[in-house]
Amino acid sequence: MSTVDDPAVDEVASADDAPLVGKDHKAEDAYNQAHPDAYRQFIPQTDEGDQQLKLRSELTANDLLREVGAVLRMSEAEAAALGDLPDDPDEDQTMIINMGPQHPSTHGVLRLMLELQGEKVLRCKPIIGYLHTGMEKTAEQLTYLQGGTNVTRMDYLSPLTNELAFSMATERLLGIDGEIPERAVWIRMLLAELNRMSSHLLFMATNGMDLGAVSMMIYGWREREEVLRFFQEVTGLRMNHNYIRPGGLAADLPPGWRDGVLHILDLLPGRLDEYDTLMTGQPIWRERLQGVGVITPSEALALGATGPILRSTGVEWDLRRDLPYLRYDELDFDIVVGGYGDCFDRYAIRLAEIRESMRLVAQILERMPAGDYRIQDKKVTPPPRARIDESMEALIHHFKIFTEGFKVPEGEAYVGIEGPRGETGCYIASDGSATPYRMHMRDPSFTNIQCLPHMMRGGLVADAVAVISSVDPVLGGVDR
Amino acid sequence: MSDIGSEPESLHEPEVVDEVARVHDCPAVVDRGQEIVHVPRDRYVEVAKALLDDGYSLCVDVTAVDYLEHPQRPLPAGIEAERFEVVVNLIDLENRRRTRLRVQISDDEANIPSLFDLHPGTEAHEREVYDMFGIVFDGHPDLTRILMPEDWVGHPLRKDYDIGHIPVQFKEANA
Repeated sequence: MSTVDDPAVDEVASADDAPLVGKDHKAEDAYNQAHPDAYRQFIPQTDEGDQQLKLRSELTANDLLREVGAVLRMSEAEAAALGDLPDDPDEDQTMIINMGPQHPSTHGVLRLMLELQGEKVLRCKPIIGYLHTGMEKTAEQLTYLQGGTNVTRMDYLSPLTNELAFSMATERLLGIDGEIPERAVWIRMLLAELNRMSSHLLFMATNGMDLGAVSMMIYGWREREEVLRFFQEVTGLRMNHNYIRPGGLAADLPPGWRDGVLHILDLLPGRLDEYDTLMTGQPIWRERLQGVGVITPSEALALGATGPILRSTGVEWDLRRDLPYLRYDELDFDIVVGGYGDCFDRYAIRLAEIRESMRLVAQILERMPAGDYRIQDKKVTPPPRARIDESMEALIHHFKIFTEGFKVPEGEAYVGIEGPRGETGCYIASDGSATPYRMHMRDPSFTNIQCLPHMMRGGLVADAVAVISSVDPVLGGVDR
Repeated sequence: MSDIGSEPESLHEPEVVDEVARVHDCPAVVDRGQEIVHVPRDRYVEVAKALLDDGYSLCVDVTAVDYLEHPQRPLPAGIEAERFEVVVNLIDLENRRRTRLRVQISDDEANIPSLFDLHPGTEAHEREVYDMFGIVFDGHPDLTRILMPEDWVGHPLRKDYDIGHIPVQFKEANA
């Protein structure tokens, strides 16, 4: 029917340059020109500029090489030797998509820009900072006694580990790190191990859900809640405890705490066996994780990875054994390492670490000494409540400690401990006043997410979810 | 009167910062049981490389301190205090030891070579230090802000950066 001079054919031919989809933007453009700021007030600028992954067309070959090297953390020579996957595709074959910041499997507000060719991930760049609230700056306004409330909120899945690192750094500066009463030290170990268990249990939940084992989500949260219930009995809060403080603890363990711990120790073995049935032995689970997100020991070390990621590559490195702190050198436990550096190893290590932590908790329970729960050093410890009623000085002392805080000698110290995700470090520089001059938390998640581009390279989009999950980042700690 | 007034006897004097050795020809001190190597800026990468060869293969942390309000601090002889200090924490896995590098950086020349080629894992840490302190890492492959938005003005962890506040109005209470 149609002839050459059919107007419809002409129109299609002439619209060759115009986008094939979309509506006519002329009216909109005219409006925008008349009101240049009209959209800006309703649509805030969310572009992160140079922080974002760039299009291939915007990069020269050298830039790309440098960027691949940067993202993969390799030297340029290594990146060049690697070539690009697969043979430098043309730009019209690839696309850059955002995964996050509002994506359920990014565990918070992690934003990944992925360059995809079909289902294959060519490049990946994590963009962070969406949860940044300047907690290191805030720490400079808070006294050492208040600082615990701040650091406990950083990596919110291991609050007690953060508090422990902060307290130990403060004690190191005060020079009282060798004088903390035995009972306080052992309670700290007890809580640190329980915290590792609760954190890994949550990992079991989220890892299961990310990979489609949705009921695992409920089971993991259920078991974690048992641990948090114990924390609530001890500290008064499920999370953000501010319980471990410079000089000791906020309070002694409550009566009946042994029953709480024993309840967890009785409950978990059976539940962990159920996890094995549900996940570890399942062919689908293994297919989904084995050989996915592989990282080698040298890569992991170069990237600064610590914790289960480093151990999954076979490197035996656990600060509890290798640079012991508290009384870990008196306890009997194993360091679990993997051999392949894949997602399955990281899963299996965390599951085994829950069991190791239970072993530790059982030993701590047996050996828990009696005594004081905080150092009797008038400088850092407020007087007992009973003294306040009878002594004016005690009242003033109490008031001064809580208003002015205590002064910490000039100097700087770094303390790194083994948190659930790797080395949690606290660096404090003091100018001799009652607030830290500078407080820096070395958060394991912040360093570990650098591994993501490396693990994802050449993998499938579906595996990207498994990889993020296996790194177990906590964005509260990443962004601080 | 024992509770307040006089300084408690148990106030611990910091260990005397005295030079114990020279690590790769840089003054090294042990303070509070931790080894600290004070590295001049122009030998920073060289020393980091030498330490890497010594076994310090894991760079756990790079951070900085702005000593604007606290210029006088104990430093070994030969090291002049500057406004900024870049602090690098290294671990030797084989021998199970830590060391810490401190590098003085002046305000008007706030730049330092990047450790990226030695320890690629410092990439994010150096970006963070750049973002928070404005210290430029020469040779860093992707020196952009990391935590703050791209169009942010200023470097928040500098001491002369105003923390800002919201004015609070106090109203007269009705008695």
